[in-house]
Amino acid sequence: MPRVLILLLVLIGASGLARADLHEAVAGLGSRSFDDKAQAIEQIARSGDPQATVILDALESRELVEDRANQRIVLGEKGGDGWVLKDPISGEALGTVGSRDARPVVINNRLRELIHNLRAVAALASANPLERRAAASQLVGNDDPVVLDALRERQREEDNPLVSGVIDTALNIAVLRNPDTELAVRLNAIDAVAGSLEPAVRNVLRDRFSETDASSEKRAAQKALASIDARAERYQMADTLFFGLSLGSVLLLAAIGLAITFGVMGVINMAHGELIMLGAYTTYMVQQIFPQGHEWSLLVAVPAAFLVSGFAGVLIERLVIRFLYGRPLETLLATFGVSLILQQAVRLIFSPLNRTVVTPEWMSGALQINPVFSLTFNRLYIVFFALAVFLLLQLVLKKTRLGLQVRAVSQNRNTARGLGIRRERVNALTFGLGSGIAGIAGVALAQLTNVGPNLGQAYIIDSFMVVVFGGVGNLWGTLTAAFGLGIANKLIEPMAGAVLAKIVILVFIILFIQRKPRGLFPQRGRAAEE
Amino acid sequence: MKSKINLKRLAAAGLACGSLLYGSAALAADTIKVGVLHSLSGTMAISESTLKDTVLMMIKEQNAKGGVMGKKLEPVVVDPASDWPLFAEKARQLITQDKVDVIFGCWTSVSRKSVLPVVEELNGLLFYPVQYEGEESSKNVFYTGAAPNQQAIPAVDYLLNDLGVKRFVLAGTDYVYPRTTNKILEAYLKAKGIKEDDIMINYTPFGQSDWQSIVSRIKEFGGEGKKTAVVSTINGDANVPFYKELANQGVDASDIPVVAFSVGEQELSGIDTGPLVGHLAAWNYFESVYNDANDKFIEQWHQYIGDDKRVTNDPMEATYIGFNMWVKAVEKAKSTDTDKVAAAMIGMQTPNLTGGTAVMNKNHHLSKPVLIGEIQDDGQFAVVWQTDGLVKGDAWSDYLPGSKDLIADWTKPVMCGNYNSKTKTCGGQAAQ
Repeated sequence: MPRVLILLLVLIGASGLARADLHEAVAGLGSRSFDDKAQAIEQIARSGDPQATVILDALESRELVEDRANQRIVLGEKGGDGWVLKDPISGEALGTVGSRDARPVVINNRLRELIHNLRAVAALASANPLERRAAASQLVGNDDPVVLDALRERQREEDNPLVSGVIDTALNIAVLRNPDTELAVRLNAIDAVAGSLEPAVRNVLRDRFSETDASSEKRAAQKALASIDARAERYQMADTLFFGLSLGSVLLLAAIGLAITFGVMGVINMAHGELIMLGAYTTYMVQQIFPQGHEWSLLVAVPAAFLVSGFAGVLIERLVIRFLYGRPLETLLATFGVSLILQQAVRLIFSPLNRTVVTPEWMSGALQINPVFSLTFNRLYIVFFALAVFLLLQLVLKKTRLGLQVRAVSQNRNTARGLGIRRERVNALTFGLGSGIAGIAGVALAQLTNVGPNLGQAYIIDSFMVVVFGGVGNLWGTLTAAFGLGIANKLIEPMAGAVLAKIVILVFIILFIQRKPRGLFPQRGRAAEE
Repeated sequence: MKSKINLKRLAAAGLACGSLLYGSAALAADTIKVGVLHSLSGTMAISESTLKDTVLMMIKEQNAKGGVMGKKLEPVVVDPASDWPLFAEKARQLITQDKVDVIFGCWTSVSRKSVLPVVEELNGLLFYPVQYEGEESSKNVFYTGAAPNQQAIPAVDYLLNDLGVKRFVLAGTDYVYPRTTNKILEAYLKAKGIKEDDIMINYTPFGQSDWQSIVSRIKEFGGEGKKTAVVSTINGDANVPFYKELANQGVDASDIPVVAFSVGEQELSGIDTGPLVGHLAAWNYFESVYNDANDKFIEQWHQYIGDDKRVTNDPMEATYIGFNMWVKAVEKAKSTDTDKVAAAMIGMQTPNLTGGTAVMNKNHHLSKPVLIGEIQDDGQFAVVWQTDGLVKGDAWSDYLPGSKDLIADWTKPVMCGNYNSKTKTCGGQAAQ
C-alpha cells in the first residue's frame, strides 16, 4: 500500500514538473523571435502532455492569443465582439476581452511546417493506413535524424505495403543523401527508388550523378534518372492535354449560349458576357441565402441562374432587339449599351468590389494520380458539366417542339411564319434559352475566376471567336472550335508564353476566316447562301 | 402682351442666374477645393473607389476640426472611368474649370503618366498614393506610395536572407509596372549572385484567368531541389484565379512561397484565403498592425463607410499620410498656391499608421517602414518581418544602368526631377 502511494506521489510530482515546463514553453511562444518560438514548439511537442496537441492546433489556427493587458499566452476563441479566453493548460475560463485587446501569436511558414512535421511524426502511429501514408509522404525528403528514427521504427511494424513503400522511399533518400554510406548500399537504394516520381528522388539522383566518383553509381543514377524523366514527360503531355480540355470547356460554356443567339438567330449580342455575369452573381446570391449550404448550393444555383439570365434575355429581346431584326450594326450598338447598363447596375447594387463565391469541398483540391500528375477537381467537373450542357441543348433543339420551331425560324423566317409558327414568341424564347445557358456558364465560371462587374467582358471576345471559327449556326462546330482552340492554346503556351499564345491564336483565326469565311463547319443549303 | 411676359421672365431668369453666379463665387472664396480623381466605374473601380471614400472621410474629419486656415474643404469628385486619356481630360477640368487647389488621384501608372503633362502644364498639385515602378519625379507630384526600393528590394532581401531562396520566378502582368520592377529585380538578383538559369520570368495579359500551365511550370521549376519563391507583380483581378490555381494544384506556401506586391487586404476580401495561408506580401502598412493610431483609423473608416467588414489597406494609408501632409503644408505656407505648398511639403513629418513617422524627402517620395506579412485564413496579414527603421524612397533605381546616376532634388540649387549627378545636368523638367 505505501509503495503504491509513493509511486502515485512520484507520478504526480513528475507530471507537476512537466506542467511547469509546459507553462514555460507556452510563455516562450510570446517571444518576438521565430527561433525562440520554434524551440518552444518542440518543447511543447516533446512534453507528451495531452494538452500539447490542443495548444499546437490552436497555434496553427490562430486561436492561441497574447492577452495584451496581462501579457500572457492563452487560448482565445472569437466570440461576439471579442475574444473568449481560456487557460491553455488547465482549460479554465479567463473571461472575455475586446477584439483588439488580444492578438493571435504570429507564426511563419517555417513554424507551420515544423508543426506539420511534428504532427506527421505523431500520425505515423495512427490506426488508419491512409493517415499513415499521408504522414509518411509529408516526411519524404526530411533529413532530421529524429524523423528518420521515427520512420525506421514505424517501418519495423508496418504491414500495409502502400505505407511501407512510401517509408522506403523516404529512408532510401536519406541513405543516398548521407555521404558516408557504402557504395553497395547506395546502389541498392538507387535501384529501390528508380521507379518513383517524387521530386525529392529526382533531385537526390541528380546530386549523386554529379557528385559521385564511382562509375557504377554514376551509371545507375543516370539510368534511373532517364527512366524517371521519360515517365514524367509522358505525364506532362497528359497534363497539357487536360489543361487544353479544361480551357476548351470554359470556352464552350461561354460560347454555347452565343451559338444560339448569334449562331441560330443571327443577333449580335454584345451583352452576352453580362448575362454570364448575372449567372455568376446569382450563384453568389444563392450562397448568401443559404449560408449553411455551400456544399449543395451550386445545384440550386444552376436552375436559378438559368431563370435569372433567361428572364433578362427575354426582357432584352422584347424591349430592344425586337425592333432591330435585320439591322446588325444597330443591334450591336444597342446591345453594347445594354451591357454597359448591366455592368453599372451591378456596380451600384453589389458595389464594384468582387464578391466571394465559396468553392464547395468536393470541388477543391486535386485528384492526385502521382507526384507529377494531378487533375484539379474544379476543372474536371467543369469539363463534364460543359459536355452535359451541350448534350442537353442538342436534345432540346432536336427533340422538342420549341427546338423544331427554332430551327424552322432560323432557316427561313417567312416560310416558318407562313406555316403558322408564332415568330415573335419563338424569337423571345430562343433568345431566353441562349441567355439562360449563358447564366449557367456564369455558375461554372464563378468557380474559376472573379465574380465582379467585369466578369463578362473577359469572355465576350473569346465567345465570338469560338462561334465564328466553328461556323455560325452549327453547334457541333462550336464544340469542335472550343476544344480545338483550348488545346492549341495550351500547346503553344509553354513555348511562347501566355501573351504570345493568345496573339498566335487570334492571328490564326483571322487568316482562317479569310480563307473560309463561314468557319470550320459552314451551314449549307439555300437559306444559308442568301 | 405676350412679349411683355417673356421679357419679365427673361429678367427674372437673368437675376436668378446672376445671384447664382454670385453665390458660387462667394462660396469659392470660403472653401478650399480638393479634387478627387479616382475611377468609380470600369475595371479599376474595384480598387480606386475605396480611395475616393478615404479622401472624402479625411475631408469630413478635417472639416469637423474646423477646416484648413479657417476655411472648409470642399471635395470635387470626378469619375475618369478607368479610361486613361479621360484621366488627363478630367484633371484639366478639375484645375481649369473647378479651380481645385490639390488633386488626390490615380492608381495605375499609365493613368498617372497621362495626368502628368496636365498638372505640369497648369502647375497643379497631385498626390499619388500607390506603390509604383519609380523612374519619375515631378515638381507637381508627391508620391506617397512605395518606390521599388521600399517594397520590391526589401522583399527579395527577406527571401534571400531569411528564407534562403535560391531560385526566383518573377511573374507579372504585362505592363509598365511589372516590367520595370522585374528589370530592377533581375539586375539586383544577378548582383547578389543568382544565376540566369535560376530566374524565370513570366508575363501574362491583364485579367488572365487560366493559370493552369503557368502554375504547373512554376511547380516544375520549383521541384528541382533548390528553394524557390515566386515574386508576383500580377495585377488586380488576375490574382484571384492565380491563387485559386496554386491552391488546387497543391502549391503550399512552405514549398514555394509567393510574395506579392499588388495583393493587399482588399484583394483578399474577394477570395477564400484558407488555402493561401503563409503566402507573403510586402507593403508599408497592414491593417493587422497593432497601435492606437491604426485602431482609431480603422474605427473611423468603419463608421464612415457603415460596414464593419470593410478592410483598410496600404494605398489608404498612403492617402491618409498624403492628405495630412498637405493640410500641414497649407497651414505652414499659409496659402494654397502650388509652389508655396510644394516648398512647404519638403521635410514635412506626420505620423503614419504603423506607429512611426512619415517624412517627405527632397525627391517628393516618402520615408517609410517596409513590412512583410503572411496571409492568414481570415484574409488579414500577420507581420513576420520588418525593416529596423525607415527606408527612404528612391525615385531613380540604383540597379538600372540608365538611372544609376540620376537623382531627384526639388530644393535649391538643384531643383530638378532627374539630375545627373555625374554630368551635373538636369535631364527633364526643371523649375524656373
